[in-house]
Order: sequence, then structure tokens, then C-alpha cells
Amino acid sequence: MIPAAFEYLVPTTLDEALSALSTHTDAKILAGGHSLIPAMKLRLASPKYLIDISRISDLNYVRESGGQILIGAGTTHYQIESSTLLKEKCPLLTETAPYIGDVQVRNRGTLGGSLAHADPAADWPAAILAVGAEINVRSSRGERTLKAEDFFVDMMTTALQPNEILTEIRIPIPPQRTGSAYEKVKQPASGFALVGVAVQITLDTNRTCQRVQVGITGLAPKPFRAIGVENMLKGKVINDQLLAQAAEKAADGVDPLSDIHASAEYRSHLARVHTKRALQRAVSRI
Amino acid sequence: MKQVIQVTINGKPRQDEVEPRLLLVHYLRDVVGLTGTHIGCETSICGACTVLLNGAAVKSCTILAVQANKGEIVTIEGLATNGKLHPVQEGFWERHGLQCGFCTPGMIMAGVQILQRNPNPTEEQIREGLEGNLCRCTGYQHIVEAIQYAAQKMRT
Repeated sequence: MIPAAFEYLVPTTLDEALSALSTHTDAKILAGGHSLIPAMKLRLASPKYLIDISRISDLNYVRESGGQILIGAGTTHYQIESSTLLKEKCPLLTETAPYIGDVQVRNRGTLGGSLAHADPAADWPAAILAVGAEINVRSSRGERTLKAEDFFVDMMTTALQPNEILTEIRIPIPPQRTGSAYEKVKQPASGFALVGVAVQITLDTNRTCQRVQVGITGLAPKPFRAIGVENMLKGKVINDQLLAQAAEKAADGVDPLSDIHASAEYRSHLARVHTKRALQRAVSRI
Repeated sequence: MKQVIQVTINGKPRQDEVEPRLLLVHYLRDVVGLTGTHIGCETSICGACTVLLNGAAVKSCTILAVQANKGEIVTIEGLATNGKLHPVQEGFWERHGLQCGFCTPGMIMAGVQILQRNPNPTEEQIREGLEGNLCRCTGYQHIVEAIQYAAQKMRT
């Protein structure tokens, strides 16, 4: 299992990387390589050029700025998992990270790489949707910022243009009285999500739902916000019965994936059950 | 086009010209001649090829040798010092942490990473730390005990 031959480019600045990307057709961005290299070994991908962005130091950070947490696209899963800033300010991310792959994979794989790869069973997209993140992308012509829900287009397909690089993930710091949780059913061999549900919910002191975001991965060709669930909760006084009713909407309007591991019907069932559990656990943490 | 890489392997610097598509595991085994790092599944699942790259346990079948350029690599051959086994190696000996031995180099490197990050892990934390390493012989119990042995030894 050896990849097809390619030219390897190692820019040390983002501008160099963007320029290489616009110069070379059939180029792929290499970050941690834990989705791309396996695909290249299987010859599912055979790019002519690999542009390794892992040496660009200003893509690797987690910091707070102006009410937001900013995460460089090249930040590894392990760096997120072990970030004290995120644990305190955005615990949904530190809770989600350990569900990804294994220790070795998390040491190499990056947040930006996972999002750009857009595997329909990846964990990060659910959490990124639930925290209401924005995704910053750059090309040699400029930059733009997308809402997470506009970033995921279809299976393994994002809104990234061929000349763009995902550079930063921006997360609004959740207000007081916010709880979050990630619930996942793993495919036992691969560890990928049959279904993963991430919830972030904010209640006021009367337990009225001020804000709620539910991100679901694994169920559909692309990760999505469960708007039906959210709409049943917003502005309502939260109790267990309402959470259970709302969770019933988790798979509404979705065309569920179906494969040897889980039928569409079973996946939908898992989504409803685990949405309920994630909601309950998130609320219990407020 | 071949590229020159400079790496430090088990404390010794070296320089080689490699094809960009050469995987780190093939570089270590076929170019450098360090065959202690095993090739198991070749699909980033089994962990037999685990080495430390800049202090982090990685699956060398899923890294290009060129990605390790300027890096510091430790393989199973680099753990013992002056003929004395590393405590994790000693633990595998003392607690019978292996049967066929194929997964052992990767298990030991993963064990080293666990104890680097947490000198006093619970059994559960050890099992979580070994999630990326498969053993088809032992049922893992003796591997966990080997790492517990090493943890205790390294603390005293």
C-alpha cells in the first residue's frame, strides 16, 4: 500500500501555500494526513502535488479574542483535547476530541483537515455545528468566512473552492448557563460514528431555552443542524418531557445513510435516542 | 523527485534522499534497517508501526518520511539505554505482556506515551491509551499490567 508518486511542496508561510495552490492544478493540501494519506495508499486519491501546510506555524493555536475562541486549522485533535482554555470556555470540543480515532491518530490529525475532508461519519462536524462556529478560508485573492452549516455541502464535499485553504475556526464563547454534550454510537471496528449528536443549550434562570444548537453526524450524507429539534425547544421552559418530544424530530427531513453497519431506519432511531440523551446531559450540566 | 531529509533516530542524526511517497515505516525498516517497528495492517488501525515523532506516538504507516524531516524519532530500538531495558520493556518481560510478540513494539511505544503524559494512570486510562493498538493473543490484561508495572517502577 504505497501512494502513487507525487511532488511534495513544503511552504513555510500561508501566502506561499496559497500561491502554490493557485499555480498547480491537481494539488491537495496535506495537514496531519490522517484522511488523505490512507486515501492515497488505497489510490482513492492520486494528486500530482501535495502541499504540506504543517510547517506553517501560524496555523496552529487556540486563543481567545474578542468574545471568541480562535482555533488554527492546523491544531491537532490532541491539542484541542488537552487545551485548558477550551475545557473552561468551550467544553463541548474537549469532550468530543477523545472520541476521534485513537491516541496516535489524535496526535497527527487536525481540526481543519477533518472539516475540509467532510467525512459524513466524522465527529468534529457535529460539535462545530453545535457551538455555532464560523469557518475562515483564504485564497490568494482574499478571505471569506462561512457559517459551519454553509460549509458542509454534501458527502466529502465542502464549500471550499479549489484555490482556498481553511485557516481558522471561530467559536463564540457560550454565555453563562450553557450546557453541552456529545453522544456517539461507534461503528465497533472503525470507531467512526454511526450517529453522533452534539448539543449546546443555554437556559435562563427560569429554565427557558434561550439558545440551542444540535449538530448531527453519521446519519446523513453531510452533517447538519437538527432545526426541527431546535425549534421545539427555543423559547420554551425545558423539562424532560419536552426534551424527549423534541428529540423525536432528530431525523425529520433527512435522507439517512444506509449500509451494512446500520440501516437507514436504525440510524434514524439511534439519532432520536441519542439526541434525547445529549439534550438531557447538556441540560443537566447547566 | 527525491528529496533530502534530515532526522534524528534514537539520538543519532542522519540524512537520506527519499521519494516523497516513501512511508515513514518503510523508511525506518528498509532504508535505516530498524526492523523492530512492525508493519501490521498498514491502514492506521493496528498500531504495530507506532514510533515517537517529536515526542508524540504516531503510526508510521500513515506518515510520509518527508513529513518527519527535521524531526526526532524514537523507535523500539532506542528505548533501552546501555543495555538496560526501559521500564515499559521490563514490564512486558516481568508481567508476560506478550505472546507472539508482533504487536509488542507498538504496544511498548504506546505505553511509553501513556506514561509520559500521565505518570500515574488508572487501568481505564491505560486501556484508553492503548486504543490504537491491537493485540490478537493476550486479551490485553497482561499488557495493562506491564504498563502498571512500569508506572510504579518509574515513580519510585
